[in-house]
Amino acid sequence: MDWLTDNWLSILRGFGETLKLLGLSGAIALVLGTLVALARVSPVPILRGVAIGFVTIFRNTPLLVLILITYYGLPEVGIDFGFFINISLAMGFYTASFVTEAIRSGFNGVPLGQAEAARAIGMPFTQSMSQVVLPQAFRLVVPPLASVFIALTKNTSLAATFGVAEATYRMRGLFNDYASQMIFIFLGIALGYILIVAVISWIATAFERRFAVNAR
Amino acid sequence: MVSMRGVQKWFGRLHVLQDIDFDVASGEVVVVIGPSGSGKSTLCRTINRLETIDEGTIEIDGKILPEEGKALAGLRADVGMVFQSFNLFAHKTVLENVTLGPIKVRGQKKSDAEQRAHELLERVGVANQASKLPAQLSGGQQQRVAIARALAMEPKVMLFDEPTSALDPEMIKEVLDTMVDLAERGMTMIVVTHEMGFARTAANRVVFMSDGRIVEENAPEEFFTDPKSDRAKDFLGKILKH
Repeated sequence: MDWLTDNWLSILRGFGETLKLLGLSGAIALVLGTLVALARVSPVPILRGVAIGFVTIFRNTPLLVLILITYYGLPEVGIDFGFFINISLAMGFYTASFVTEAIRSGFNGVPLGQAEAARAIGMPFTQSMSQVVLPQAFRLVVPPLASVFIALTKNTSLAATFGVAEATYRMRGLFNDYASQMIFIFLGIALGYILIVAVISWIATAFERRFAVNAR
Repeated sequence: MVSMRGVQKWFGRLHVLQDIDFDVASGEVVVVIGPSGSGKSTLCRTINRLETIDEGTIEIDGKILPEEGKALAGLRADVGMVFQSFNLFAHKTVLENVTLGPIKVRGQKKSDAEQRAHELLERVGVANQASKLPAQLSGGQQQRVAIARALAMEPKVMLFDEPTSALDPEMIKEVLDTMVDLAERGMTMIVVTHEMGFARTAANRVVFMSDGRIVEENAPEEFFTDPKSDRAKDFLGKILKH
């Protein structure tokens, strides 16, 4: 167990980086994905087209390819926020496309009559969304959204390849130093990821409970 | 109040509204009847542009129905709509359903809107349900709340799209009574319905539609006792012989 007792601080820092990646790319994904989802269901054809294009491009490109583009490609055209943010951008945009689809499925789960009734009393699109459709879609969106963020949590490990010293990167370092204890190191790091995911699931369940009561 | 001129609409190749010329005067109660698929619901829904039209013009209170946007929303606020499936906001209480429009669209103060809402709920006979959610109410109660919600916007005209078709027989009467009361107070109403009793007691005029066309218009008594067109005779023969 000396791999743990001697390195716990470095492992914790690794998970700290993992959480930073998750936080930054998750925030990008949530904000961007919600905006694109609104565009996707808006009455403006151009906005709908842009949203469909966005989802098609970012959902259908492997995440690794997207990271390669933002990591090597963007700095070449003069867009360089530093490798950490550039990698987070790739993860954020990639995940945003899944957030968009999750939220859209939530919209579709709200009966059409709800939006029609909102429009019929004179609410413009934005108001019928914010007052009537979104609050009802929210509850439906929580489970698929939790899955998206769980996937993102695990996807952050790709950043190890690009030298971000997050949990998986630390794990590989430990493999080199404690080759005989590989299985324990692996299980230990996996447990860390499982804890993060468990927290996400717990938050999702709490949200679901809170809003389920409201709708009945 | 409402004026449709040369309105045409297609659903794909199906010509659902053909050469519709239709006028409703202020204070008039018009009942639209016809077999299913005749386009009567579509006609009703084009008036506040829940359905778009392909040709022709629709005017409400002298103003051409605007395209999407703020102007359309403003006009919809003046046109009350009652749906077959009630469409009460499922996540809001009965009271909130009635106050949401006045507060968010009309910009009324919450206390004013609530006071008015209580009056309206009293009028439609569901005042004691104000704090419940729609799902806790019977269909008839929900539909009366929906009428109160529409009335809260102080509409110039009200559209009823088969308001009793989704209701159990014993609940139909309570909704129709509310509508008759509304008609007696001088509300301009366009009612798509199969309730011949309502047409007889409350309507000034019956419009009979078939295959996307307005086939016949007449005062209720004349229409029911002496229909002119064969299609109206055939339709009335089918629905009245029970």
